[in-house]
This record gives sequence, structure tokens and C-alpha cells, in this order.
Amino acid sequence: MSVKLTTRQVGDVTVIDASGRITLGEGASAFRDIIRDLAAKGNKKLLLNLADVSYIDSSGIGELVSGFTTITNNGGQLKLVGLSKRVKDLLQITKLYTVFEVFDDEAQAVRSFS
Amino acid sequence: MAVRSKQMEKTQTALESTLESVDEAEAIVVRFAEKLGFDEDTAQQVGMAVRETMVNAVVHGNRYNRNKKVHLDVEGVNGGIAVMIGDEGEGFDASSVPDPLAPENLLKQSGRGMLLIRAFTDEFDLHPRSGGGMEARLFKSLPG
Repeated sequence: MSVKLTTRQVGDVTVIDASGRITLGEGASAFRDIIRDLAAKGNKKLLLNLADVSYIDSSGIGELVSGFTTITNNGGQLKLVGLSKRVKDLLQITKLYTVFEVFDDEAQAVRSFS
Repeated sequence: MAVRSKQMEKTQTALESTLESVDEAEAIVVRFAEKLGFDEDTAQQVGMAVRETMVNAVVHGNRYNRNKKVHLDVEGVNGGIAVMIGDEGEGFDASSVPDPLAPENLLKQSGRGMLLIRAFTDEFDLHPRSGGGMEARLFKSLPG
């Protein structure tokens, strides 16, 4: 199964709920498309919910980084919530824990934008 | 289509240069590792190392050329799992990949594959393959 991405609003924060796998090919490009679309629409507070993402490979990580850069360059913020142990391990190995703001709790993550 | 020959604790497969083959190789190795006695988490990590190696072989080595194969050998040896992945590409200088952990590279989109391979295996070696292309050897020990 590739990735499934849906968006919802919590106040002025756009939450992207992702499920499945973010890997080279369809999964990574779907993620790239939704970030570009949200950036083009001027969304500046984005929270990526990875609670139902079972797997991310290096291409998927690359898309997270690229999305982070796109949103940051647009004057916005992209934060992460709901990471599995495997995804947390990947961010630690790649030192991206120092780049992303990561939360366990969605309400806390949403509050952090204000 | 994969061409396979199987024997006890050894699998040899010739795969097409496609992203589907990346998934297939990962699944073969994860199943093999679990059969050898690796726990689920470690088997998945070995699978990810294989995925990243396969991506290098399919995308950078064979460049999706359907006339070129990726050769996958998996073996239970020396108290662990050994995986060989060979491509038929033009060769590759691993030292040309910038350090993805250097501050100036942290926000680069690509270049983390070999970092993950090394993180999830005990041994990783990349060398020219006889007959052309590159061959990667990965090894992971079964825990004590």
C-alpha cells in the first residue's frame, strides 16, 4: 500500500494525516504534491501526523526535508506528530531530530504554533 | 520476471530493474531473516538496508534499464544473514556521496541511503562486480 494523505483544519493549523508507506515512487511524490499544493494556497501552519505511517525510506525522508524547506521558505512551519519508534529512530540516525519540531500529542503540537 | 533457484538457507534471484523489484527484494530478505530467527524489528531494519541498496542498483546502477538485471543472493551464514546485491551498471564511487550528517547537508533531499544501510547492518561493503557494475555485500549477525 502506498501513502494516503488527507487534510483537516484545527483552528488555523492544517493537519495532514498520512497513512501507509512514504517510499520512493508514488508515496514520496504524493507527499511532495500535497506540500506544494498547500504552500501554493498560502498555508503556513502545517502539522504532519505520521501516526499511521508504517514505513519511510530515505526517499520519503528526503521528501519530508524538502517539504520542510518549501514551507519554511514560504514563511511557514512544518511540524511532526505521532511518530512510531521506527520513524523516530530514522530521524535520530539522520540527525533530523535537530531540524524538525516533533510532538507526541496533537493538541500540544497545535498549541505550539500560536 | 524473477529467475530463482533455492536450496537450504540460500536464495538466488535475478530481478528486473524496476521499483517493484525493490519491494520484492525487501520482502524476500525480511521473510528470510525472520525464518533465520531475527526478531521483527531487526528483520525490518535489514529489509530497509536491502531496499536502499536495491534503489541504488535499480536507479543509479542500472538506471531502470529493463535489459539489465539486479542480482540478489541471500544466505544464512556465520550466525547471521548475508545479502549480495549486484547491478550491471557503469560503476559508482561511493566516496563521492557527501556526508549527509554534515550541517551543510542536513537539509539536502537525497544522499541518506548508505547512511541507513550502514546503520542497519553490521557489515557493508561495496565493490566492482566481475563482469561490470557494482556489488554490495551486507551482513547482519543474529543476536547472541
